[in-house]
Amino acid sequence: MSFLELKGVEKQFGEVKTIKGVDLSISRGQFTVFVGPSGCGKSTLLRLIAGLETLTAGSIHLDGRDITRVPSAQRDLAMVFQSYALYPHMSVADNMSFALRLAKADPAVIKKKVDRAAEILNLGPYLHRLPRELSGGQRQRVAIGRAIVREPKVFLFDEPLSNLDAALRGQTRVEIAKLHRELGATTIYVTHDQVEAMTLADQVVVLRDGAIEQKGSPLDLYDRPANRFVAQFIGTPQMNVVDRGELPAGSGGVAGAAFVGIRPEDLHLKPAGQGQIAAQVELVEALGAETLIYLHTPRGAQIVLRQNERTTLAAGDDVGVDVALDHLHWFDPDGRLIAAAH
Amino acid sequence: MDLNSPSGQKIALGVRTLAAWFVALLLFFPILFMLVTSFKTELQAIAVPSVWIFTPTLDNFTHVQERSDYLLYAKNSLVTSVVSTLVGLLIAAPAAYSMAFFPSKRTKDILMWMLSTKMMPAVGALVPVYVMAQTAHLLDTTFALIVVFMLSNLPLMVWMLYSHFKEIPPEILEAARMDGASLLTEFRHVILPLAMGGIASTGLLCLVLAWNEAFWSLNLTAANAGTLAALIASYSSPEGLFWSKLSAASVLAIAPIVVFGWFSQKQLVQGLTFGAVK
Amino acid sequence: MRSLARLLLAPAVGSLFLWMIVPLAMTLYFSVLRYNLMEPGEHTFVGLGNFRFFVTDPSFGTAILNTLLLLGSVILITVVLGVLIALLVNEPFPGQGVVRVLLISPFFVMPTVNALLWKHMMMNPIYGVLAQVWRALGLTPIDWLSDWPLLSVIIMVAWQWLPFAVLIFITSLQGMNREQLEAARMDGATWLQQFRFLVLPHLARSIAVVVMIEMIFLLSVFAEISTTTGGGPGDASTNIAYLIFKQALLGFDVGVASAGALFAVVLANIAAAFLIRLVGKNMDR
Repeated sequence: MSFLELKGVEKQFGEVKTIKGVDLSISRGQFTVFVGPSGCGKSTLLRLIAGLETLTAGSIHLDGRDITRVPSAQRDLAMVFQSYALYPHMSVADNMSFALRLAKADPAVIKKKVDRAAEILNLGPYLHRLPRELSGGQRQRVAIGRAIVREPKVFLFDEPLSNLDAALRGQTRVEIAKLHRELGATTIYVTHDQVEAMTLADQVVVLRDGAIEQKGSPLDLYDRPANRFVAQFIGTPQMNVVDRGELPAGSGGVAGAAFVGIRPEDLHLKPAGQGQIAAQVELVEALGAETLIYLHTPRGAQIVLRQNERTTLAAGDDVGVDVALDHLHWFDPDGRLIAAAH
Repeated sequence: MDLNSPSGQKIALGVRTLAAWFVALLLFFPILFMLVTSFKTELQAIAVPSVWIFTPTLDNFTHVQERSDYLLYAKNSLVTSVVSTLVGLLIAAPAAYSMAFFPSKRTKDILMWMLSTKMMPAVGALVPVYVMAQTAHLLDTTFALIVVFMLSNLPLMVWMLYSHFKEIPPEILEAARMDGASLLTEFRHVILPLAMGGIASTGLLCLVLAWNEAFWSLNLTAANAGTLAALIASYSSPEGLFWSKLSAASVLAIAPIVVFGWFSQKQLVQGLTFGAVK
Repeated sequence: MRSLARLLLAPAVGSLFLWMIVPLAMTLYFSVLRYNLMEPGEHTFVGLGNFRFFVTDPSFGTAILNTLLLLGSVILITVVLGVLIALLVNEPFPGQGVVRVLLISPFFVMPTVNALLWKHMMMNPIYGVLAQVWRALGLTPIDWLSDWPLLSVIIMVAWQWLPFAVLIFITSLQGMNREQLEAARMDGATWLQQFRFLVLPHLARSIAVVVMIEMIFLLSVFAEISTTTGGGPGDASTNIAYLIFKQALLGFDVGVASAGALFAVVLANIAAAFLIRLVGKNMDR
């Protein structure tokens, strides 16, 4: 059995089954990300692991111990909440030391741990401030510090970056990655942002409607999505999924396939009249380091092409598009992957 | 005149200021008049038109103390208000806690039922309570008043505490739980400090209500346990119009609470609106 | 966890339940007896006799009318004037703090003091302030308590409760989103339109709160009536609460008073049901 093992976990709220049978193994020190659209159950799953909700069926084992019926306070897990949930009437230092004080730890030891966490997170000058005197980013670090001080078996993060502005989000993402490298702590991280998933995770778990669609390493999911949903969820801009008829005959493909998926970077521009697919430019987005070109085909399909070079194309121009035939994903009518050329 | 120009704004401000002061003084006038009258002699008090310039005297205040032992009545008011409020809070807090953090399907119904018990006129319970008090030899005791005040204000206390407890974001309680807090610890370290303002304002409001309570004081007490409300009522008997003395007595009766109200108005509003108004 | 929750609720629910049930049971019991403190001896069972007596009391209909009039008038006055005053005082101006203090003072005045204050100092037809004002305007002073008893009581009670309404409305106004109003201004709305379409709906919730609380307290107005008009002249200013009091303590008729009390309970429950529906949905947001 691995460090954290979920078996057949189910959760029902009244008539609605929010989590429909989840099996998951997490090894010690691994950074696992739960990702998925709103309402897919990722936060619920996290809260089940935390003990803030009780399972309707299934079991959770942590470090060999069955914690399915154990209350949150005794699971030895720490959680960083989306809204930070800091204690408004306590200073930063008191917030971070609360759990240890409850456990009647030695004050000297508490101080040492709090100071060390404050050092890692650059919170030293703020130890005596109240949460309302801190900025959003600082409050978030206090929330993380509160978790670090406890040295729990697993860290749980519930969409910690969603309340931060874009610049701070990128910065904090990097800090979280560095923190994980330094502490090596087992972490479960919930987010709806697939960029965070790709950059932070050792293991990505994609959830939809309360069930796991696919789990694996980030690049595994990128290169070999198990179905159309995962294929279009991972990767920005979205993978182009079009009717197989868009491709000229003889492009390969498998019996039973209805759709074919191509990543934007696997499409290449050709002058009009050349290339496997004819298309017309709708919009050009010049991002500086790369350029995105939105096109539509005569049959009405809308596709996105990504390239590193700048372009002088404008809306209305006719072009040709070449497809990298060794980077195709074939889906059946239900969206399941039949074959991928890789 | 353009109301958006700087001079237009100034005029608007001036008009508003005048109007606001006018209304405020109008509303406050009766109290002011009474206050002024308490320093007059009886003759000055009933003079028509009213006398505004005179030498103030403290005779009326001393007379009130002589005639009816003001201090005893004041003590009764104080004791009954404070004790009934404290006991009420002790009973109401657990109830509010239970309903705020462990709500069930019946919670809303229970709250509404509690509030509805307050709507029945006290008169409706007068006869039974009087008979019970008489049988238990509790007439004219502060104990009886304390119990009655406490029960009268209990629904309000539960309701207000409930609203204030609900203001606490549940994530903070979850965080405390993850940090290893038991129920009692949660209450002591997190809920209590955060709800302290609400608890204070609830207490203050009920203190005011108990102090001003007249109905039960008049009917259940006589010479021993009478509160200030009863004292004032005794001045209304047609023994002749002792206006300035009446004013003095009234001022003495209401001064503590009015001043109290001035200082704690922010908390009181918080309490009064009990979360229903943001 | 569940059982602990129920345990915590027990003292409050239990004591209130007793407070409600015991008097109610006793009242029910008394109401069907012939029980007059002036007539010693057996208390005979008279069935609905007391009820009939109470209801056929010539003052009964008037009392109900007066109760509703009192309730309705005070609520109307306090809400309408309360909103206006709150709007006036909401934006900053010199001396705003003092004005607020002055405005809320009447609420803390003891009802008995309130009553005597108005009765003697304001409404007395010879020496009262209102009389002086009337004379200054060249009019004959009004004998408030004799000629307009119910109105006098309404004025007293409204004066006392107006600050409460003002306070609540001020708080509500201060919590209002400014940007809404700015957006409306850019859309070309006049101040009156802003008020009608934005401010008033926002205030609806606090108005519901004010109405609810006032209903709770105003149904049992008693001290003002007993200290000033004594319910009169006749029964012009008698409300249900005072009528019961008259029967019980002045008529010494426990039986009839109890019957009357039950009517008060019914009235209160009707009001409560109406109230719950009115306010319940407003509060839940």
